[in-house]
Amino acid sequence: MAEASPLARFWQEFRENRVAVASLAVIVAIALVALLAPWIAPQDPYDIGKLVLADARRPPGHAGSGGYVHWLGTDAQGRDLLSAILYGLRISVQIGVAAGAIAFVLGAALGTTAAFLGGRAEMLVMRFIDLQLSFPAILLALVLAALLGQGKWQIIAALVTAQYAYFARTAHGAAAAERAKDYVEAALSTPMPARAVILRHILPNSLPPLIVVATVQIANAIALEATLSFLGLGLPVTEPSLGMLIANGFQYMLSGRYWISIYPGVALIVLIVAINLVGDQVRDQLNPRLKR
Amino acid sequence: MTAPVLAVRDLATHFFARAGTVKAVDGVSFDLAAGEILGLVGESGSGKSMTGYSLLGLIDPPGRIVAGSIKLAGQELVGLPQAELRALRGRRMAMVFQDPMTTLNPVLSIAEQIRLAIAAHERVSPAAARARAADVLGRVGIPDAARRLDAFPHQFSGGMRQRVAIAIALLHRPDLIVADEPTTALDVSIQAQIIVEVRALVRDLGTALIWISHDLATVSALAGRIMVMYAGRIVEHGPIGAVLRAPQHPYTQGLLGSLPSRAVPGQDLVQIPGLPPSLAALPAGCAFRPRCERAAPECAAAPDQATSGSRGWRCHRPLGAGAA
Repeated sequence: MAEASPLARFWQEFRENRVAVASLAVIVAIALVALLAPWIAPQDPYDIGKLVLADARRPPGHAGSGGYVHWLGTDAQGRDLLSAILYGLRISVQIGVAAGAIAFVLGAALGTTAAFLGGRAEMLVMRFIDLQLSFPAILLALVLAALLGQGKWQIIAALVTAQYAYFARTAHGAAAAERAKDYVEAALSTPMPARAVILRHILPNSLPPLIVVATVQIANAIALEATLSFLGLGLPVTEPSLGMLIANGFQYMLSGRYWISIYPGVALIVLIVAINLVGDQVRDQLNPRLKR
Repeated sequence: MTAPVLAVRDLATHFFARAGTVKAVDGVSFDLAAGEILGLVGESGSGKSMTGYSLLGLIDPPGRIVAGSIKLAGQELVGLPQAELRALRGRRMAMVFQDPMTTLNPVLSIAEQIRLAIAAHERVSPAAARARAADVLGRVGIPDAARRLDAFPHQFSGGMRQRVAIAIALLHRPDLIVADEPTTALDVSIQAQIIVEVRALVRDLGTALIWISHDLATVSALAGRIMVMYAGRIVEHGPIGAVLRAPQHPYTQGLLGSLPSRAVPGQDLVQIPGLPPSLAALPAGCAFRPRCERAAPECAAAPDQATSGSRGWRCHRPLGAGAA
């Protein structure tokens, strides 16, 4: 019985969708260049000493004073846009993944525990989460970012607070369904500790919907961070993220210097669309009701 | 007769619902010896599953055991704290559920589930657990058991999964196994195989088995003794052959008469008229009276247990005629 492992079968099915495979390749490429930005970017856009004002607001293709070509032009401070975008993607990916991962763990723990305990604790936790979900995530993130101040960890904290609720609700629904199944009842009727029942039986079976939510929420975290930065509540000006680059170029759009805003925007859109396309395929594969 | 493995006396399990008290199990008594197979039959809602759950202390609120005694190898189970019951479940007594699709965890391999079931009660090394898993799977008739240890439940058919569930129930060689309609979800040829295997296992291991079913055919092939439940009470019990040949209680006769295999081609199937009564509002006297064609004025009073040899029934007007 040479059965392929579940992961190998998943990949085989995933491979059939060309769009999803291409999107995955894009994500991997973006993640790679983002991680390697300090080594492949022509300029360190955070080193103010290296910025030359004479090179400011040059169009794409301009040969700058640094002795290299600014393929995507420069911004108002003379930053090489290609370098700034690579560094910006680095921040976006870091923040998106960190916020998504922390929100995943917090939300899954909360939702699963609530479903397991049941009764009043479950009601209290889930009603609070319903309450929170009735506010737009951006509103919550804005308030928190304003309160916590600027910086990477502050932004991540704001994003996690805005997003854990989605994980908690999904985990709760999935765990409540598993909780009622005979094998969980059976495990609970033996001396197996409750913690082990949750970790070995309930959680692994609640993972598929959580993974789907995770892909969507990572994309959302990246978009939210860009929004906060665009509004000036994100990262410090000295470390421009994609959102801030877009905001900085905004004032020059009408004077024909489109590149400062457009190229970071394109990078952001490509990343978010790619994550969503992969997420769609994963959802189709993990949802038994959509199985052909 | 040796001391029974299981002795149940006047067991009563009631559910306190808003609509009133539901007497799901209402004064059930029986003994069970090691290696004996008892068939527990009745219509849906007759209390047969609740009797099984009560034995393992698996009754959830709003239900609870309100009276009676359950002694497993001499140990009283009624009133035992949950922690002590948990230590017994799976080790001294085990259960096999009806639906083999939900009794196994879909994300764990068979070997891992069996290891967890062993580890719940004793310390065991992974290698030893594997060996025991292979052994017990082989016992329940899974071919090539050692190679299928790493398979996942979805790679097994319904019959195979139910065998795994039975294998897990057998792991700790319990004194008692309660099987709640374990073959209802399986097709007849698989049922037949499992029945043959279960009979052999019980004989070899000396486990007492309660086989809950509404299917008289499987029970008659498997059990040595039968108990017929109606409205939370045992209305008739005795050796399977005698009860099926010459039922004393009109309800038992009605169940037997409803078997499609006894129908005459071209005629309508025989039914027991009416529906089982609501357990929250039982009729006074004999609960079967409203549906009984032999009902008489004296049936307005609850019938007492009548005994004759190893048989017993609760009826004022038993069918008699050639009965033991």
